[in-house]
Amino acid sequence: MIATDAKPRLAAKARLRFDRKTSRYLLLYPERGLELNATAADVARLCTGEHTVAAIVDQLVEKYADRPREVIERETLAFLAALADRALLQDTT
Amino acid sequence: MSVSHRPYTLVAELTYRCPLRCVYCSNPLDYAGHADALDTAGWISVFRAAEDLGVVQLNLTGGEPLLREDLEPLIEEARKLDLYTNLITSGIPLARERLARFRQLGLDNVQLSIQDVEPAASDRIAGLRSFERKLEVARWVKELGFPLTMNTVLHRDNLDHDEEIVALAERLSADRLELANTQYLGWALLNRQALLPSRDQLARARVVAAAARDRLRGRMEVLFVFPDYYTDLPKACMDGWGRRFIVVSPDGLALPCHLAHTLPGVTFENVRDRPLGEIWEGSSGFNAFRGEAWMPEPCRSCDRRAIDFGGCRCQAFHLAGDAALTDPACSLSPHHALVERARADAESPAVSPSLTYRSRAAVVPQ
Repeated sequence: MIATDAKPRLAAKARLRFDRKTSRYLLLYPERGLELNATAADVARLCTGEHTVAAIVDQLVEKYADRPREVIERETLAFLAALADRALLQDTT
Repeated sequence: MSVSHRPYTLVAELTYRCPLRCVYCSNPLDYAGHADALDTAGWISVFRAAEDLGVVQLNLTGGEPLLREDLEPLIEEARKLDLYTNLITSGIPLARERLARFRQLGLDNVQLSIQDVEPAASDRIAGLRSFERKLEVARWVKELGFPLTMNTVLHRDNLDHDEEIVALAERLSADRLELANTQYLGWALLNRQALLPSRDQLARARVVAAAARDRLRGRMEVLFVFPDYYTDLPKACMDGWGRRFIVVSPDGLALPCHLAHTLPGVTFENVRDRPLGEIWEGSSGFNAFRGEAWMPEPCRSCDRRAIDFGGCRCQAFHLAGDAALTDPACSLSPHHALVERARADAESPAVSPSLTYRSRAAVVPQ
């Protein structure tokens, strides 16, 4: 599990692209792509190495004011874990 | 356009020319008869039309795409279209300066083939002294900040080296390692007796690959593609005919897969004659094996028909003589004995068979 004070950054091989066909963001990498929902796309956009996980959650809580913080935090951590699992995050240690 | 038939990947086979002569080359046997018919503007209009259809991934391949002198403007255009662009290359011939230019122009990933872990064995499969140059290219790729995919095609002579192959990928700091067993079509089918591994070899190699995948998780993606000759289930070839992929051959044919134009009786159209979108949507070639209406038994009533789409059409034709048959790799195929026989031969290889290298000389398929 990624630490809340880590500053995640997308791996060099990963690139976000808006998809006109579905109006969603795709996270593209060699031979593959992930279709992201709105929250995941927000998280991915903030994975620049400048923001801590806690700060990313803060921003999402602000944007999605109708959703409980704990749910957003859980989803964010799960998404980041899924990215790390696919080697889509640079080493944040 | 129906959502299920959206192409995601364009495979641009820029040329069939190649300095290597790999014994499992995936180009058709008559590759030399297919000239490079698309110029820079021709390819650019293919890229634009593909992007318009929904394509987000672009594979620049061949043959050897580096032989195209216009790779630079093609990469530049791909970047403008926001395509995720992967250069699939042998690394030969390449200068560091050219690779650096590709980087500036926005190339996303470099996929480098490495045939084996030791120069003599690697060069023997490639038919060219190339191993040391490939390692140098791999180092440039990483120095210049590209992600690196290392691709090694597996067969009976290198499967037992897979631990060393993984170690080499780690030494080269590859981001993705493709351990892809040979697909026994085209040149590989000619050389099948020399290349097809035994069941034990595969079982052992799979364990090694699985351990590497777990150990390297989060750092390097390790992919092990098991050969369909040993799965008893057909692979979902190209994720299904005309579903996700468009291949455009050097002479401009729009195809559902690399070898579709080797199938007799199926007509494919040229991007110089008709817009790509129309070919994708309405051509008889792309519709020939879409959906399930074409399927014979046992596919038609099979629970897996929406998973494997009946397998590989080219394998059905090249092994059993009819592209509209169930893939003989499937244990339910009436032609599965063809695959079983090849496996039996691989268990007790006689003398080491000689290799047929890719060449322009006419080759009569078996």
